[in-house]
Amino acid sequence: MSETRLMEGSEVFADAMVRAGCRFFAGYPMTPFTEVLEHMATALPPVGGVCINAESELEAVGMVWGAAATGTRAATGSTGQGLSLMQESIAEASLAGIGFVVLNMARGQGDYFQATRGGGHGDYRTPVLAPSGPSEVSELMAEAFELADRWRNPVVVLGDYYMAHTWVDMDVTDSPPDPPDCPDWALDGTSGGTGAAKLVSPLGTTKQRDGVGYDLAAHYADRARRRAEMEAGIAPRAELTDTDDAEVVVVAYSTMARYAHAAVTELRREGLAVGLVRPVTLWPFPGDAVREASRGAHTIVVYENNAGQMIDDVRLSVLGATPVVGHNGFATDSSAFGIAPDVTVENLTSALREVLATPREGRADGDRPHAGDQRTADRHGAGSGEDLT
Amino acid sequence: MNVRIRGTVRIDTEACKGCELCIEACKPEVLEMTSTSTNTRGYRYPELLPGCTGCRACADVCPDFCFQVYRFDEPRTWSPEEGLR
Amino acid sequence: MTTDHRQGAGETPARIVPSHEVPPDATLVADNTAELIDVGEHHLCPGCGEPIAIRAVMDGLSLLGLAERCIAVFGIGCSTAFSNNLDVEVLQALHGRAPSVATGAARSRPGLAVFTIQGDGDLANEGLQEVLHAAARGENIVCFMLNNGVFGETGGHLTVTTTIGQRTKNTLEGRDAARHGHPMRVAELLAGIDGVGYVARGAVNNAGNVARTKRMVVEAFTAQQQGLGLSFVEILTMCPTGWFVPTTEAPAYLEETIAATHRVGVLRSALG
Repeated sequence: MSETRLMEGSEVFADAMVRAGCRFFAGYPMTPFTEVLEHMATALPPVGGVCINAESELEAVGMVWGAAATGTRAATGSTGQGLSLMQESIAEASLAGIGFVVLNMARGQGDYFQATRGGGHGDYRTPVLAPSGPSEVSELMAEAFELADRWRNPVVVLGDYYMAHTWVDMDVTDSPPDPPDCPDWALDGTSGGTGAAKLVSPLGTTKQRDGVGYDLAAHYADRARRRAEMEAGIAPRAELTDTDDAEVVVVAYSTMARYAHAAVTELRREGLAVGLVRPVTLWPFPGDAVREASRGAHTIVVYENNAGQMIDDVRLSVLGATPVVGHNGFATDSSAFGIAPDVTVENLTSALREVLATPREGRADGDRPHAGDQRTADRHGAGSGEDLT
Repeated sequence: MNVRIRGTVRIDTEACKGCELCIEACKPEVLEMTSTSTNTRGYRYPELLPGCTGCRACADVCPDFCFQVYRFDEPRTWSPEEGLR
Repeated sequence: MTTDHRQGAGETPARIVPSHEVPPDATLVADNTAELIDVGEHHLCPGCGEPIAIRAVMDGLSLLGLAERCIAVFGIGCSTAFSNNLDVEVLQALHGRAPSVATGAARSRPGLAVFTIQGDGDLANEGLQEVLHAAARGENIVCFMLNNGVFGETGGHLTVTTTIGQRTKNTLEGRDAARHGHPMRVAELLAGIDGVGYVARGAVNNAGNVARTKRMVVEAFTAQQQGLGLSFVEILTMCPTGWFVPTTEAPAYLEETIAATHRVGVLRSALG
């Protein structure tokens, strides 16, 4: 008999982590990450896990670094500023081959670049998974831990304020499975004194035992190779809705994609040819899916709760083949928790109607919308001079 | 002149960086740096003179792990004429 | 140096040539080829105190039989690459972050002896709050701070433990309290925190202090094994390069300047 429970989104994140085998969690309170931390403090001890209310984000990610190096599935997270503080460790964990999950519980979507470009120093990337809502979190969280283990690299799961506070019915029938066995490379203390004691370090993978120290050039070359393998080894994914014959394709991720889905559904009911591409992986970005889905479209509209960030990746995907415009600029004040009153289905449908009605002639890609200007759908296109709201 | 010798050291002269901490640490003052010889890395290194007590001070302060210290089971003597007996 | 007693009348002193053979009638009393240290070349400067301090730590581990159930968390500094020469599991931390990294490792592997090795620049400048918080949490780890009062790896710059009057690359006339602030006594800070099991400060500038420091290491790991909370051992080490003094004068310089501010001794112990 299946058992369901009404859960807040943040609890869904916590439940998904425990089910994915996470047994160590450390974090520093910051909304909307705080609620996940609260739930982990309750959820981990009963399964033998550890949750630490760290004294800073620096220490939170340090603790996770230590736990993950022992082969324990571990996670941390924060939002905006807190994640900025963690970036040094996330960047270097990639060099050290230490995999863990980082929850980017963003406020708006102003942290797209922070999530997808890593935000730290050096030549590294982190896979980024973007569920559209709580019900997709469990599946993607399990995948995130698998990727972190498989590639020994930090993996970002992107949530947001809306998602953390959306209540959903979740199936809680099965109890969490046991975490997987500890990988061979992980530290367990037992290789000391054997002549081949293990090393986990961003500086190298083997002890040189000479006066040279670490062979950094060889290590960095190896990490660059592994990064390329990781990028090639992770299939970019996108969810497509009604894109086959779409004249206008919307690209949106996370919560914004849910608004976009509602808008596309409504416009389709009216017989208008719109479709939606929702990137599920933000790195690697599903550029092929965007390009294929927009092959027959005259315009791509990138719908974001920021001043326009993912639009860069969309433009790189189509390389000018299809005009790309942004519909964005809603919540550019990150301290406002990303809540934007004008993020509504109605706002998007009216903007899309305008784009659909705009003649194709005279369109040109490359007009980047101004930050804060949410009515940027081809401001220079012929006959589209009026206000779209 | 007989010198009582209670211990001796093996010195890994190749590992030495010539810091001379052992010279300072040696209470019986029986370690002396080479004046002209160097190891293959170009450092002068210590040599043992008669009179070692096996006190281990050199080994304790050596940053380059050059010393192994031994104590003779029965003290021995050294003289210029007969050497170590 | 007087040489009278060791040579014949006016003769060239006879040298007992270092032998690679073990004397048949002698017993080994001190083996600097410690079993957990792969001796040979290392990159640290002549006269550096850090290898001596780390050897004391390794000796303590061996003595307590912890080599096969420990994780060494290294910070970033001169001693970082020396971790290459150690036959214990090494987890490298970023600059300043070793105590939190050790916390994660120790909480995930509660049976192990998890310890950190950081310099004063790493522990007290970059990441001071980490060791203080770990102490207050009562993390069951051992934290070592190799204190030479300078950023050795960058070339001898001021740290928070640099003593008044000490010359560094950015206090060439000596640290002046009015201009450069006062030195922090880190062991004293730790000793005032509930949650610590053992706090001591040793030094490696002479054989007596090395022996004393080894005892502190053993006591610190003993406290850790007894679950008494965080153990902290600060070890004063020579940095003739960063102090701008000859290697042979560094031990006395440590005694007269560094140790005059940072006093050697056991500051707190919960051991029975």
